[in-house]
Amino acid sequence: MALAHAEVGNKAHAPKKRAKRIAYFLLAPGLTWLLIFFAFPLINLAETSTKTPAPTFETGEFVQTFRFSNFVDAFVNNQEQFFRSFLYALIATLFALAIAYPLAYAIAFRSGPWKNLMLILVVAPFFTSFLLRTLAWKQILGAEGPVVSALQFLGILPPEATITATAFSVILGLTYNFLPFMTLPIYASLDRIDYRLLEASGDLYANGVTTFRKVTLPLSAPGVVAGTLLTFIPASGDYINAQLLGSPENYMIGNVINSRFFRVVDYPTAAALSFILMATILVLVVIYIRRLGTDELV
Amino acid sequence: MSEPKKVQGDLVLSHVTKSFGDFTAVDDLSLTIPKGSFFALLGPSGCGKTTTLRMIAGLEEPTSGTISIGSTDITDTKPYERPVNTVFQNYALFPHLTIFENVAFGLRRRGIKNVDAEVERVLNLVELSHLKSRKPGQLSGGQQQRIALARAVVNKPALLLLDEPLGALDLKLRRQMQIELKWIQTEVGITFVHVTHDQEEAMTMADTVAVMNNGRIEQMGSPAELYENPRTVFVANFLGQSNFIDGSIEGTDGDNVIANLHGVRIVFPKTRNNANGKAVKVGIRPEKFRLHDAGSSAAGNVLTGGIITDISFFGVSTQYMVEMPWKQELMVFEQNDGGAPDLAKGDAVTLSWEPQFTFALDGTDPSQAK
Repeated sequence: MALAHAEVGNKAHAPKKRAKRIAYFLLAPGLTWLLIFFAFPLINLAETSTKTPAPTFETGEFVQTFRFSNFVDAFVNNQEQFFRSFLYALIATLFALAIAYPLAYAIAFRSGPWKNLMLILVVAPFFTSFLLRTLAWKQILGAEGPVVSALQFLGILPPEATITATAFSVILGLTYNFLPFMTLPIYASLDRIDYRLLEASGDLYANGVTTFRKVTLPLSAPGVVAGTLLTFIPASGDYINAQLLGSPENYMIGNVINSRFFRVVDYPTAAALSFILMATILVLVVIYIRRLGTDELV
Repeated sequence: MSEPKKVQGDLVLSHVTKSFGDFTAVDDLSLTIPKGSFFALLGPSGCGKTTTLRMIAGLEEPTSGTISIGSTDITDTKPYERPVNTVFQNYALFPHLTIFENVAFGLRRRGIKNVDAEVERVLNLVELSHLKSRKPGQLSGGQQQRIALARAVVNKPALLLLDEPLGALDLKLRRQMQIELKWIQTEVGITFVHVTHDQEEAMTMADTVAVMNNGRIEQMGSPAELYENPRTVFVANFLGQSNFIDGSIEGTDGDNVIANLHGVRIVFPKTRNNANGKAVKVGIRPEKFRLHDAGSSAAGNVLTGGIITDISFFGVSTQYMVEMPWKQELMVFEQNDGGAPDLAKGDAVTLSWEPQFTFALDGTDPSQAK
């Protein structure tokens, strides 16, 4: 009897081990990829960030001196751009949320047979490149473009004024470019809501507005959290929008990193800035998720 | 946050019709459900019972007709304005709220500040107050069902609607919940309208059962009345099992009707005759038959010349299949109390039954007779 038991036990264990092996096997390509294209560059970047120019002063030559004050210098000299990055990203995220939530709500609950078409329209901009779309906005908002001409004709905008090269156009570009990243997760969480819960809420004396506040909104919170993260994180590191739609006065930290790497060829500062940006975003995201308590959300 | 009006009284549906395009789900339904009763709407899926319930809840709008509680017409009011609460089929508990907040939801929406005592009271009623800080996902099906009930009952509605609330439970739990539901209904004294396709559930719990078919009520009455005196083949078949023997009515004798079944004369009370013309389907429940050895005398209506073709032992009773001379098989249940003779397959038997147990249905009833 005992022997039979032991055998059964072994047999029950065998598939578990097998399942584990298969899991590792399936993870292997992804892990390898991350190791080569994420972990190694990150280590390389960390190493670069504490270097100083080589004694020969040759361009692009640096030696490792473990100068950690590189970080302090990098931050102090670029505080303004850091602050601007997070401010612009925050405003763009709020705008995107304000536009995406009603849009996602309409697609999830009110679009009927047009649902799939509307979803395709949301992702349609991805069919052209990010750069081209931003260049298109430059044309649209430019001095000779239709928006400025129309506003000037109507007398809303003074004859000499422009829209491009302002904070407004940079934030507009960020909002536009990251809108699908906000819309899709919110749509997914709204679409998953059981319609009968909304009926139950109505049955329990909640009118439409209360049902939205007490049932729909809390149940879509995971989508909102995902959407805001997917918008805020890339937006705060973005430099294309500020470069094409803004002026040096609107430059964000991405622009500084870009120019340190490719124009000034100051790798240590660029690497230090990248690390500071990453760390700050990480801290902000952790605070944000903690505050909302997403693990409590369904 | 609107406070539902304090309406009380009988629920009255008057000529209510609901159409979805060409399909008529509920067809000119008129119905009065007395205050404080346990009313069951029984029928197969697609008969219009759930649509009727949804119209009472305000989740569907009737195409025509009116719905009122007491003297208040609620036909055009929104669900949240009605003194009606529903226990949904899938329970529809809010997954993001605790059990306590689920139960308190209706009270809070009506602006009641101190909900603790009330919530605690109904949680005790369903014996789950120890789970109040859990989320619905952490509860079993039976517990969720009881919370759904508590969430509705706590509002003290004029009317509580139950949409097949026991459908997802296993048999044992269902029996237990049936008893509890009935007990809670007596305890809180509010009108329950229960929609189900389970005839046993309807019969054990409800004071009044309405059998629905194709958007209409076929028959309404107490469970015993529906079982003993069904007026259509559909009702007879939906509630329990029946034998139907085709015959023709020959005349009357005092309070009795005389009918001819394949050459045999039988009688039954006039009050049990639902046939419109001469053609009649005589219905006898299997347990109403008595079995006798062929040749022995029997009282009441008697059918001779049966041959036993099959015997199944059920414990409390035994089921016999008896083939009659006109090649129809009749089903007979005999209690295993020693009253029936020892019989074996192939034995010749005589069947008898008391005339008052007969129910005579119209011979042209279109429903499929078994």
